[in-house]
Amino acid sequence: MTASGNSGAGPGGSTAGEWAVELAGITKRFPGVVANSDIHLRVRTGEVHALCGENGAGKSTLMKILYGMQPPDEGTITVDGRQVRFRSPADAIRAGIGMVHQHFMLADNLTVAENVLLGAEASHGIGAKARARIQELAGTVGLRVDPGMLVERLGVADRQRLEILKVLYRGARTVILDEPTAVLVPQEVDDLFDTLRTMRADGYTFLFISHKLDEVRAIADTITVIRRGTTVGTADPKAVSSRQLAEMMVGSELPTPETRESTVTDREVLTVSQLSLAADDGGRHVLEDVSLVVHAGEVLGIAGVEGNGQTELVETIMGMRRGAHGTITLGGRDISHASTLHRREAGIGYVPEDRTRHGLLASQPLWANRILGHQSRPPIARGPLIDRAAARRDTERIVADFDVRTPGVDVHAAALSGGNQQKLVVGRELSGDPVLLIASHPTRGVDVGAQTGIWEELRQARARGLAVLLISADLDELIGLSDSIAVILRGRLVATADPSTVTPEELGTAMTGAGSGPNLAKEGS
Amino acid sequence: MTRVRTVLVAPALAVVFSALLCAVALLISGDSPLTALRVMITQVGQGTTAVDILNSAAIYYLVALAVAIGFQMKLFNIGVEGQYRLAACVAAIVGGTVPLPPVIRTIVIILVGALVGALWAAIPAVLRAYRGVSEVISTIMLNAVATGLIAFLIRPDTFGALSGNNITTPPIPESGHFPGLHLGSSGTIFGMILVVAALGTGYWFLLGRTRFGFELKASGESPSAATAGGVDARRMVLIALLMSGAVAGLAGLPELLGRDYAYTLTSPQGYGFTGIAIALLGRNHPVGIAIGALLWAFLDKSAVALDVVGVPREILLIMQGLIVLSVVVAYEIVRRYELAAEQRRVAAQLRALANAKAPSPEGVSS
Repeated sequence: MTASGNSGAGPGGSTAGEWAVELAGITKRFPGVVANSDIHLRVRTGEVHALCGENGAGKSTLMKILYGMQPPDEGTITVDGRQVRFRSPADAIRAGIGMVHQHFMLADNLTVAENVLLGAEASHGIGAKARARIQELAGTVGLRVDPGMLVERLGVADRQRLEILKVLYRGARTVILDEPTAVLVPQEVDDLFDTLRTMRADGYTFLFISHKLDEVRAIADTITVIRRGTTVGTADPKAVSSRQLAEMMVGSELPTPETRESTVTDREVLTVSQLSLAADDGGRHVLEDVSLVVHAGEVLGIAGVEGNGQTELVETIMGMRRGAHGTITLGGRDISHASTLHRREAGIGYVPEDRTRHGLLASQPLWANRILGHQSRPPIARGPLIDRAAARRDTERIVADFDVRTPGVDVHAAALSGGNQQKLVVGRELSGDPVLLIASHPTRGVDVGAQTGIWEELRQARARGLAVLLISADLDELIGLSDSIAVILRGRLVATADPSTVTPEELGTAMTGAGSGPNLAKEGS
Repeated sequence: MTRVRTVLVAPALAVVFSALLCAVALLISGDSPLTALRVMITQVGQGTTAVDILNSAAIYYLVALAVAIGFQMKLFNIGVEGQYRLAACVAAIVGGTVPLPPVIRTIVIILVGALVGALWAAIPAVLRAYRGVSEVISTIMLNAVATGLIAFLIRPDTFGALSGNNITTPPIPESGHFPGLHLGSSGTIFGMILVVAALGTGYWFLLGRTRFGFELKASGESPSAATAGGVDARRMVLIALLMSGAVAGLAGLPELLGRDYAYTLTSPQGYGFTGIAIALLGRNHPVGIAIGALLWAFLDKSAVALDVVGVPREILLIMQGLIVLSVVVAYEIVRRYELAAEQRRVAAQLRALANAKAPSPEGVSS
C-alpha cells in the first residue's frame, strides 16, 4: 500500500497527481458481444469523476469489473499505484473500493446501525467501538438520524446516505455511485452534492455514474464519456456544455425539445373540472379542485415537485383510482365513472411514469406487450379472440416506425434496454388513433438517443391533432414541448405559465410555493 | 427453439436427477435400482396397469388444470381438494335421486359437479376480491368445512344409506353412467377422458387465443401493468377462482360416472394436493400438465409393482417429492439463464447491426 493506506477518519495522505484508480485496456466479452473494449479510465485521488454514457454503453459492466463482480478478459486495474486482480467484491472492498447501487440493499426491519454492521462485524466488533465509528462516519456523510432507528422509517435521501456510510465503514476510500440522483428530488440532489463536496475535501474519491448531464457538470471535476463499450474521451466540466457532452455520448448532433409552431386548436379534448381525491387513508386531499382543459393539438405540461399529486391526477384520469369527486369529460363525453378499459377505448393513450410496473409485461414477448391496453380493440381483437398475427404485424410496425432496437418481436420485453422499452410503450400508446395521450415522464431513465426519438414522435402526434397531457420532472423538456404549463403544488394547480417566456428558475420557484415571477399567472380561485 | 428447450430441458433434467438420487437411496437400503427400474417399466406392459395409469392421469389432469388456472393469476387454490370432493358428493346425490332420462342425466350430473365446485370456490373468490382475504387461508379452511359438510350429506338420515360397513349415496342408475371404452381383461378406460381432453384443448385455446386468456396472464405477470392496461383485477380474481372451482368440481366424476356410481365414505381423497404438484411439474401448460399427470400416475402404480417384488414403495414418495422440488428449482435456473442469454443475444444482434451500418473507428468487433 502506498501513502494513502491509513484508516483514520478520512483517507488522508493523498498527494496531488496520484491516481486512486486506473483502468487500462479493459476489455470484457460476453458470448457474441464486446461489452467493454479497450477502456481507459484514470480517477485522481480526491476528485469526483463522472462516467457518462447512454444506457447500454457499457457503464454497468465496467463498474462490475471495477467492483470485482466480473473479471475483465483483458486489461489491468491499478488501485493506489498497485496493480490488483479482484476475484469478488470482497477483494475490491479490501482495496478500498465501495459501491452504492442504484437500488438500495438495506434491510428495512433492521436499525441503521445493524444495517451498517451486518457482514462487517469483523472490523470494529458490534459494541461501543463500532457505535462510535458509525457516529463519526454519520457526521461525514451527513446522516442525522439516531443509529437505533429502523431503516423502514428512513426517507430515500437518508437511505442513500446510509448506503454510503456502509461502504465507508468497510474502509472504502473510493466510492462508486451508480445513478445516485435518480431517486432524489432536486432539493435532495443539492444536499447530496454538498455532502460529496465536503467528503471530497476530506480526501475521498468518487466515481459518479449518471446520464443527467447538468448534474454531472455541477458536481464532477473530470468527466469520462463512454460510448458503445469504449471510452471516447475525457472532458473538463467547466469547459464543456451539456450539449457537447450529449453529443459525445451519442456521437451525433442533438435536436432540442423545442416545438416550432403552435398547432393548438380550440377543440376541447379533455376537460377536468373540480377534481378532488382523498388520500387512501381518508385524511387530507391529494387532489383538490383541479380543473384543466387540453385542446386538440395542444401539449399541456404539468410542472411540480414529485409527490404533489401528479401521479394521483394521472391515475384518476385513467380510471385507476376510485373515489374521486368532480367530472372528467373526453370529447364532450362524461367518462368520470367509466372503467380504465372504456377510457382507453374512448381514445386515451397512457405512457406511465414507471414502465416496468405499469407499462410492460417483462417476461412476455414484445408482440404480447402490444396487446396490453388494446385487448378489446382492432386490429388486435376479433370479438373475444386475440388476432396474434395482427398483433405481431402491428408490433413490427412500431419497431420500424419508432426505431425500437430489437432483433425481432419475439424477444421478451425484459431483454430490451430501457430506452427501447420506452419507445415500444410510446409506440403502443400512440397506436389506434388516440385523441388524448397522457405522458408521465416519457423520457425518464432513457438515453439521449431514445429521448430525441420520443420527443419527435410526441411533436408529430401533436401536429396531427393529438391532445397531450405531459407530466415531467425535466423542466427543459416541459418548457420545450408544452404549449402551456400548469404548476401543481400539494394537489392544487397553483399557477399557469407560458412556456415561451417562463424560465426554469421561475418554474422551480412556483413549484416550491415560494411565489410567482413575472411570467407566471396565479391560478384564479 | 428456445421455448421448447426451456420447457423440456428443465423437467427432463429434474426427473433424471431425482431418479439418480432415488437410485442412491435404494442402494443404501440394500435394494437394486436396476431391479426397481425393470419392474417399473415392465408393469406398463400389463394391460390393466396401463389402463389404470391412463384413468388416474385423467383425474390428475383435471385437478392440476384447476390449480393451473389459479396459478396463471398467481392465485393459490389449495381448495381444489374440498371443491372436487363436495362436488362429487352433491353430483352423486343429484344423480341418484332426481329422475332424468339417459344422456340428460349424465349431463346434469356433470353440470352439477362443475356448479358445486364453482360455488364452493366462490366463497374464497368473493372474500379475496372484495375483502382482500388470502385465498390460501380461506381455501384451506374450506377444505375442512367441506369434509364436515360431506359427512353430513351422506348420513343415513339425510341422503346416504348404510351399506355394510360403508355409508353411500343412492346409486346412480345406468342412465346416468358415462360409458367407457371396454378393453376386455385389461379393464375399462373412463369415457370422461374425452371431456378431459376437450377441457385441455379449451384451456389451451382460452389462454393463448382469447382476450380473457391474455388478461388472465397479464394479471398474473403484473397486476399493476394489467390495471393500467384496462384489466379489471377484481373481476379477474372472481372469474379465475370460479373457473378453477368448476374444473375442480369435475375431478371426482370420472370415477363416479365410470366405476363407483355412488359417493361413499371410502371415495378417494387427496387428489387436490396432487394437482398442485402436477401443475408445478407441468408449468401450467396444457401439454406439460398431461405429461406430469401421466408421470405421476405411472409412479403411483409403480409403488404397487415394487411392493410385489419387495422394494419399499416409499421410494416412490421420495421420488415424487424430489421431482417436484428439483423441477421447481430447475425451471427457475433455466428461466434466469434463458433471460440472460436472450439479453446477450439481443445486444449482440444490435451491435452487429450497428456495426454493419456504421463501422466504428474504435474497432468494436463482435
